[in-house]
Amino acid sequence: MATPNHLLKDWDGFTPGSLLFSFDDAQKREYAFSNSHEYSVADWRVNKPIFNAEHCIHCQFCWIYCPDTSIISVDKKFSHIDLAHCKGCGICVEVCPTNPKSLLMFAEHTNEADALASWPAKEKKQEEEK
Amino acid sequence: MEIHEREVWDGNMAASQAMRQARCDVVAAYPITPSTPIVQNYSQYVADGDVYGGDFIPVESEHAAMSACVGASAAGGRVATATSSQGFALMVEVLYQASGMRLPIILNVVNRALASPLNIHGDHSDMYLGIQAGWINVCAFNPQEAYDLNLCAFKIGEAESVRLPVMVHQDGFLTSHTVEVVNPLTDDAAYSFVGDYTNMRPMLDFTKPVTYGAQTEEEWHFEHKANQNAALMHSFGVIQKTFDEYEKLTGRKYKFVETYKSEDAEEIVVAIGSVTGTLKLTVDKLRNEGKKVGLVAIRVLRPCPREEIAMAIKNAKAISVMDRSAPMGTTGLLYNDIAGILLDNGVNIPVLNYIYGLGGRDTTIAHLTKVFTDAEECKKAGKRVKPLIQMVNLRGKELSFF
Repeated sequence: MATPNHLLKDWDGFTPGSLLFSFDDAQKREYAFSNSHEYSVADWRVNKPIFNAEHCIHCQFCWIYCPDTSIISVDKKFSHIDLAHCKGCGICVEVCPTNPKSLLMFAEHTNEADALASWPAKEKKQEEEK
Repeated sequence: MEIHEREVWDGNMAASQAMRQARCDVVAAYPITPSTPIVQNYSQYVADGDVYGGDFIPVESEHAAMSACVGASAAGGRVATATSSQGFALMVEVLYQASGMRLPIILNVVNRALASPLNIHGDHSDMYLGIQAGWINVCAFNPQEAYDLNLCAFKIGEAESVRLPVMVHQDGFLTSHTVEVVNPLTDDAAYSFVGDYTNMRPMLDFTKPVTYGAQTEEEWHFEHKANQNAALMHSFGVIQKTFDEYEKLTGRKYKFVETYKSEDAEEIVVAIGSVTGTLKLTVDKLRNEGKKVGLVAIRVLRPCPREEIAMAIKNAKAISVMDRSAPMGTTGLLYNDIAGILLDNGVNIPVLNYIYGLGGRDTTIAHLTKVFTDAEECKKAGKRVKPLIQMVNLRGKELSFF
């Protein structure tokens, strides 16, 4: 994960204390130079989450729980996963309440179409099984 | 609370009063002998409403104490605490975090031996353990100095160009529990000297989100540590300015290096801590006998005031350096500093190293007389004719090295 050359600074060129700022202007979402939005940490991941829009109820649980702000919501609806920053922790899948889940973990090399084709069916409630 | 122009305080009381007068926002602490009374006193001030606000946070360990201090300081508060010995050792990891994040926390270190064997009395093992942690280190030799240097420490550490944590050292028991006359400032005068806390890049500024404690690997880490080291090395000016302002206010003058009859001295002893009081008496005794001896005491240990030390010892013909910590396998830390400074200044004179006072072992005028007379013998011989490393007041047959 090399820092892009244009972001490297000399020893006397940055804020003391190894501090990293997110924004120059938080209201306008102007990123600070030390913001990691230009970095990719995709190579930290072994498994990736894949989203299935068919089942999603837009409850926003995944958005709230994601520790890396990698679930991107627009107008309070699931939009997409930021795979440059997702570390593959699986918390979004864990908290997803739908049946079947709207997010599932797949091996990194799995393509989306294959994943969606193999999506599990709705699990029956125990009463229905009887 | 009522503060008199003259108080009878021990070093711990002096330090805790200075912390109170500086109006700390947070003191997070875990008690350990002999520094316990500093934080115990402070918690009493809080409980009695004798503070101007702020919290006392009792925590579960010294690691937690310094961690809470780091959090509170990063959040944007004036923060101080105290510890000793094993507690200091447990804090060490977080000491590096504090300096790396450039948080101006004040830590009173009441110097005490390190186990094993366990010992509650004074030596400088804890001071030496944290010496590379990137803090400013100032040393008080009596309760008055513990008070004065605490007030100065806030002002030095918090200066915009410095923003580094500061340790104020005092000897366990010999300073921390010895009551002496102390002349404190009034609360208002003390606070007006220290000044309001200036926030810089606080975590709780939600308009400018900031990450403290980031990870940096090989392409960044060196630059960050160089930046931090430069701030420490460039803090001499702020320290001097603070000492000057304090002298104007109180008439008490502090210097990077304190000297006693050293200007024309041919044998000089270099030391830190309460032993310097006994050394002054030894100098007086030997001066009465016609010996040209003097004392150089290190007030600011880090950053190392190399130029001031060089000036103070430049006329010596032989030097004895006293380290109150077992260097374990080599010469003592202070010896190493002094030897390097002499070499760098092209001065080739005999330099002896004395290990003394471990675990609170008493060091008297009789012991210190030998430290001077050994140096005198080396001066007369024009070379080192005594062992390099000797023990002061050690029971048994002579133990020395090199």
